[in-house]
Amino acid sequence: MEEKLSFEYAPAPESRAIVSIKPKYGHFIGGKFISGNKHFPTINPATEEVLSRIALGGKADVDAAVKAARQAYTTTWSKMSGKERGKYLFRIARIMQERSREFAVLETLDNGKPIRESRDVDVPLAAAHFFYHAGWADKLEYAGLGTTPKPHGVAGQIIPWNFPLLMLAWKVAPALAAGNTVVLKPAETTSLTALLFAEVCQQAELPAGVVNIVTGDGSTGALIVNHPGIDKIAFTGSTEVGKLIARAVAPTNKSVTLELGGKAANIIFEDAAIDEAVEGIVNGIFFNQGHVCCAGSRLILQESVADEVLQKLKYRMATIRVGDPMDKNTDLGAINSKEQLLKIRELTAAGDSEGAERWSAPCDLPGKGFWFAPTIFTGVTQAHRIAREEIFGPVLSVLTFRTPQEAIDKANNTPFGLSAGIWSEKGSKVLWATQQLRAGVIWANTFNKFDPTSPFGGYKESGWGREGGRHGLSAYLKGVSHE
Amino acid sequence: MSNRIDVKKTYKLFINGAFPRTESGRTYEVKNAKGAFIAHPCLASRKDLKDAVVAARAAQAGWNKASAYNKGQILYRIAEMLEGRRAQFVDEIVNVTGVTKAKAEKEVTDSVDRLVWYAGWTDKISSLSGALNPVAGPYYNFTIPESMGVIAAIAPETPSLLGLIDAIAPIIVGGNTVIVLASTKAPLSAMSFAEVIATSDVPAGVINILTGKKDEIAPWMASHMDIDGFDISGLSAKKHAELKTVATENLKRVYSFNSADPARILAFMENKTVWHPIGL
Repeated sequence: MEEKLSFEYAPAPESRAIVSIKPKYGHFIGGKFISGNKHFPTINPATEEVLSRIALGGKADVDAAVKAARQAYTTTWSKMSGKERGKYLFRIARIMQERSREFAVLETLDNGKPIRESRDVDVPLAAAHFFYHAGWADKLEYAGLGTTPKPHGVAGQIIPWNFPLLMLAWKVAPALAAGNTVVLKPAETTSLTALLFAEVCQQAELPAGVVNIVTGDGSTGALIVNHPGIDKIAFTGSTEVGKLIARAVAPTNKSVTLELGGKAANIIFEDAAIDEAVEGIVNGIFFNQGHVCCAGSRLILQESVADEVLQKLKYRMATIRVGDPMDKNTDLGAINSKEQLLKIRELTAAGDSEGAERWSAPCDLPGKGFWFAPTIFTGVTQAHRIAREEIFGPVLSVLTFRTPQEAIDKANNTPFGLSAGIWSEKGSKVLWATQQLRAGVIWANTFNKFDPTSPFGGYKESGWGREGGRHGLSAYLKGVSHE
Repeated sequence: MSNRIDVKKTYKLFINGAFPRTESGRTYEVKNAKGAFIAHPCLASRKDLKDAVVAARAAQAGWNKASAYNKGQILYRIAEMLEGRRAQFVDEIVNVTGVTKAKAEKEVTDSVDRLVWYAGWTDKISSLSGALNPVAGPYYNFTIPESMGVIAAIAPETPSLLGLIDAIAPIIVGGNTVIVLASTKAPLSAMSFAEVIATSDVPAGVINILTGKKDEIAPWMASHMDIDGFDISGLSAKKHAELKTVATENLKRVYSFNSADPARILAFMENKTVWHPIGL
């Protein structure tokens, strides 16, 4: 069963002609593109080709962005009716749909994710987030926060590199619908779609300063977090950085939401539909190269079906097409950065040295760029680093259990609590497990599904607050609620 | 009559349904408004807090599992027991704080009524905050509020009974268990309230009450890694920054409130979203 399967596909590359990337970018402040001082290269992680040079935002840039956001908030955005604000968001959603292929190609070039995913998941969901939140703008008094909920003011938003445009949408759409203005910093390695989004804001004639985008690295993010002119911080990223932000903001009056790391259990009970479960395992950990905070990175298998599941899983993994992200047949693209590849290598080496058994799907990895073959570790115990730490790559740790309670105990044995999966054909068992699992999103007989109407966020050290749905909207409003 | 010597009460802690003294052997003196000695309540130690957290953690799954109807009846039962002992609470509040009898009676009345109000929330809070989410696909998708776990709370100095009830009740309505630090200057009604709890079918460990110094115990609560949330309403605003900073070690949820509101219940609940496919 483990021999390499030969599914040969003719190349089906998506054209990159639709995008035009400038040699150098500045920041988007007060409705205009402002040139930066220092720049750093942004590369295509699949080829290491330098795509452009991105401005490194410093204190003056962040100050200017906060000032523009404050001015837009005071003079325009907070005075506009919700009905009119909403129309701008609808416009943005429509323009994103119109330019969807351009966004998808640009995202894949800059991030390394397969075009199939950027085209079918990231971009349509990002547009859907704007469309959904547009409709909230004139209905805030029905959001369950009293009859006169108020925006915070200026929101500072820091987003990760795994879903660059989608995370922008998760942050910007609810903030604007609620009446806030924003200063957003995209991740260091994936700024291009945010800068294209700035162009969309111009085309939508969004008032100047309502959305400001300052590019840069962690130091730029820290300037935003610590800026006294910002009223609310929203961050998606690692638990380590999330704690630093929480600490920095604790003595201030800033409101904070955090979407942090995870180590999700994906539990396969013996009465699961095994073939469907195998698809769910593959989707759970190999979607987006495993660069997913809610990835099903711990497979928790009932002993009685463990051999069967692993055999089928390896067979399925051997058919995963790894390679050129721009090829429409590709399943698994490039690792986003060299830094992330080194982190995956370090943690998988710890898996070897701590005694787990590694198996990687046989596949040819391209010579240039950053790549990691889909990999599973069996014989993993709860103490192993690969069972406790977020790898954020296409690496699955497999544990086994005998009784349902043991599965729950193992699943919950983590400081994280973002998501979890359950596979069983027995309804009452699914609902029982759903109740027992300490995580903010439970996927039962499915995995890695997202929707703007569906609140997403973690228990415990996976973060504070929710994004999506009415619950997510409330993070951008002050009501009669708690501080 | 006048020759009879009063039988005075030893005020102890309330942990895991029992009334232990502090393991530290430390107490402090509480005097009445005229300066006369009343009691020696416990100065709870870090070890007492740890014991209370262990009890609260052990009790949490069971309390969470109790039906909303059952939890509501138990909260209502607390109100019934308090109603029956109104006179004692009025006497203690008058004695310790020196307020008029009318004012003390109002506080006790409000306390009973507040408990009744909270009792009614147990089976309504999830319909207030839950949602069926219309996702764009063949999935059944819902969000429900769930208990957060073990929550610590600092009750305000005054009102010592009503403030204590506002610290405890919203937390347990949500299926959490609680460790609460009572008013330092007026702890008597808190410890007598523990006797009310002990006779109200509240499972052991669900409510734990400590007495002592805020400046000692609040930082221990903030840094404890097995406490999930922290209600700091009873502390002055200038203490908030330091405690919030310490609490980030396990990303504890820290809030303060100035009124009784359903938001106070929801603050210490987590929203869980569940997806399931629809199809044949």
